[in-house]
Amino acid sequence: MAAPYDLNDGSVVVIIGSGAGGGTLGNELAQKGIDVVILEAGSRHEYEDFVNDEWASFGQLAWTDMRTTSGSWRVHKDFPNLPAWIVKAVGGSTTHWAGASLRFQEHEFKARTTYGHVAGANLLDWPITLAELAPWYDKAEAKLGVTLTNGLPGLPGNNNFKILKAGADKLGYKEVHTGRMAINSVQRDDRNACQQTGFCFQGCKWGAKWSTLYTEIPKGEATGRMEVRPNSHVLKIEHDASGKASGVVYVDKDGKQQRQKARIVAVAGNSIESPRLLLNSASSMFPDGLANSSGQVGRNYMRHMTASVYGVFDKPVHMYRGTTMAGIVQDEARHDDSRGFVAGYELETLSLGIPFMAAFLNPGGWGREFTTVLDSYTHMAGMWIVGEDMPQETNRVSLSGAVDQHGLPVANVHFDDHPNDIAMRNHAWAQGRAIYEAVGATRTLPTPPYPSTHNLGTNRMSARAQDGVVNQWGQTHDIGNLFISDGSQFTTGGAENPTLTIVALAIRQADYIAKEMSAKTI
Amino acid sequence: MTAHHDHHHHHPHPGGKAPAAISRRRFLQRSSEIAIGTAIAVTAGGTLLNSAEAWATEVKALKPETLRTLIAVARDIYPHDRIADRFYAIAVKSHDDTAATDEGHKALIETGIATLDTAAGAGGYLGMQWEADRVALLRTIDDTAFFQAVRGGLVVGLYNQPDVWTIFGYEGESYSKGGYIDRGFDDIDWI
Ligand SMILES: Cc1cc2nc3c(=O)[nH]c(=O)nc-3n(C[C@H](O)[C@H](O)[C@H](O)COP(=O)(O)OP(=O)(O)OC[C@H]3O[C@@H](n4cnc5c(N)ncnc54)[C@H](O)[C@@H]3O)c2cc1C
Ligand code: SF4
Repeated sequence: MAAPYDLNDGSVVVIIGSGAGGGTLGNELAQKGIDVVILEAGSRHEYEDFVNDEWASFGQLAWTDMRTTSGSWRVHKDFPNLPAWIVKAVGGSTTHWAGASLRFQEHEFKARTTYGHVAGANLLDWPITLAELAPWYDKAEAKLGVTLTNGLPGLPGNNNFKILKAGADKLGYKEVHTGRMAINSVQRDDRNACQQTGFCFQGCKWGAKWSTLYTEIPKGEATGRMEVRPNSHVLKIEHDASGKASGVVYVDKDGKQQRQKARIVAVAGNSIESPRLLLNSASSMFPDGLANSSGQVGRNYMRHMTASVYGVFDKPVHMYRGTTMAGIVQDEARHDDSRGFVAGYELETLSLGIPFMAAFLNPGGWGREFTTVLDSYTHMAGMWIVGEDMPQETNRVSLSGAVDQHGLPVANVHFDDHPNDIAMRNHAWAQGRAIYEAVGATRTLPTPPYPSTHNLGTNRMSARAQDGVVNQWGQTHDIGNLFISDGSQFTTGGAENPTLTIVALAIRQADYIAKEMSAKTI
Repeated sequence: MTAHHDHHHHHPHPGGKAPAAISRRRFLQRSSEIAIGTAIAVTAGGTLLNSAEAWATEVKALKPETLRTLIAVARDIYPHDRIADRFYAIAVKSHDDTAATDEGHKALIETGIATLDTAAGAGGYLGMQWEADRVALLRTIDDTAFFQAVRGGLVVGLYNQPDVWTIFGYEGESYSKGGYIDRGFDDIDWI
């Protein structure tokens, strides 16, 4: 059923990456009868193969090819070659993700207008509004089966949620629930309901959590219009003499270089690899990299303002039982600069097992201050903080001096917190602590950001070509048949976990590509 | 031990390299749950022997005394009073394995321990009676490559042992048991 396409077939849409953006775009195009080849650097592991074990799963799924870091962020010191915790596998980071699926708020599409001038920030309004994206958000929520939308029940609250909820209630927070989750609260889409396994980050072995691996990809393949090639790492996008994208060069599963021709190329390698690929594709016609006339490729890297708070209690919690992130407090997500910063943040339940807790609680920490926390592991509750960070031109993915296994320069990720990020994090840490203290925590711990799970903004969307890399459809300003289909399109990050927006944009982009293809404009 | 347990030691550690594989089948002759400080002896044949915990291990590249001290250093870095020495021994044994093939690593560990022993004065590191004094000494070297290699290796070497998870009450794998849907995911009764 999965269609095999010829390397010289120049009529296909080539999509690079099979995660939230690429997997969705591929299926949407295939459903419309458009021929698609998805090239995915990672292997294909079906969900029965996932492992309920943090390091083993990391070894199976995570992107561990070389990357380098710089800047004042603590990740540079603690995890110098692991700027991001994301995936290299069919399904991309939708294998690892937790499923929190929130729409952006209206004002977040107008960050520059709403927040005004913020020194050091490269803020810009999106070229689209919430109202324009709303119909595609509807489709995305229906596709993902997001709980608390379309009449789907919420997930039941686990122990970690019950602590969060009780504390949030005491503080007077009103918008507290088990989250809008792309996790089946009932059987649907031929997939199981959540069994509260508690290994959402390790790939859901029940298939209850949406991942392109076992939804979009097999559905696209079933049309006979889509081929997914795993273990196919794209090195370079090529163009013809007129400056249009003509195909890609990749290393196949046997280590051989291949050239796949293309009518359209869509880049969905996540916000570190996507700009790296454009930069590594520099040519004499485009010496600064493809689609980079603005100089913005790789810039404005955002990772969300993140952190965690753990509370230790005198009685047992067992936070690791059940859904990893099904619990949220949304009251702080509003923009209210009386708090001392612009934009807002969400508080979401989070649990790590012992192996990851040891690695991420306080990287580099040791002694009894550290070990007494782990001694109380069963008595801990945890929450993750995720808020809007400021885009800064100097926060940047660029080509490093180091090279990868294919001899190409790897990505260097440079990041410094903006003062607004720091003010917001301090506020969120204090609120998180207050929530746990309100229900009797005997100890609370502020935990620094982990390697980035949300990676955004490095090929940003802009109305004017000089301000960004792509237009409102994700089409590059410079090359009409070259698209960006992942979170690197984000003009700004919003306070919300990004994937629902990535999916909505991909569905919308598929509609646009189909329309333009039939109009023969691309 | 099952294959499932063996593979825990092969996965990359984000901060550096993963500890080398350790076969606990070879390493642990017998085991018990009793922790008795640093009651480890070096036999005439150069084997480490903990009779209270009833285990022994061959030391292949490092000096036996070095590995013995390393076990004590490991406990002082990540002290858990309910975790027996054998788990710390498993966690640092990878340094002996690495030292067998990597002269640089061997020198790092031997020199690091020798420096600690010298700084500790007569009786060396193991001669220091109290944890507080040993920890104070470790604080003075915690930015060295030696200390960071030992500490970094422990993050995975110690905390990725399923038998250690049990001591902390972490239940690990749950899929084969049907998840927690009927096993207490929402059983909190005090909130
Ligand atoms: C632990 C974790 C928890 C998360 N939880 C949430 C959550 O609750 N809610 C939420 O909204 N988001 C969450 N996220 C983030 C979410 O996973 C990402 O936002 C989303 O998957 C990004 O989609 P993408 O298409 O941009 O990239 P990805 O899904 O990462 O897919 C990119 C794919 O491209 C491939 N690729 C890269 N370069 C190349 C190349 N040169 N050639 C071929 N293939 C290439 C990669 O191997 C990868 O498979 C989480 C992420 C992690 C890691
Ligand atoms: S808790 Fe639910 S969604 Fe998460 S891994 Fe288990 S079954 Fe899947």
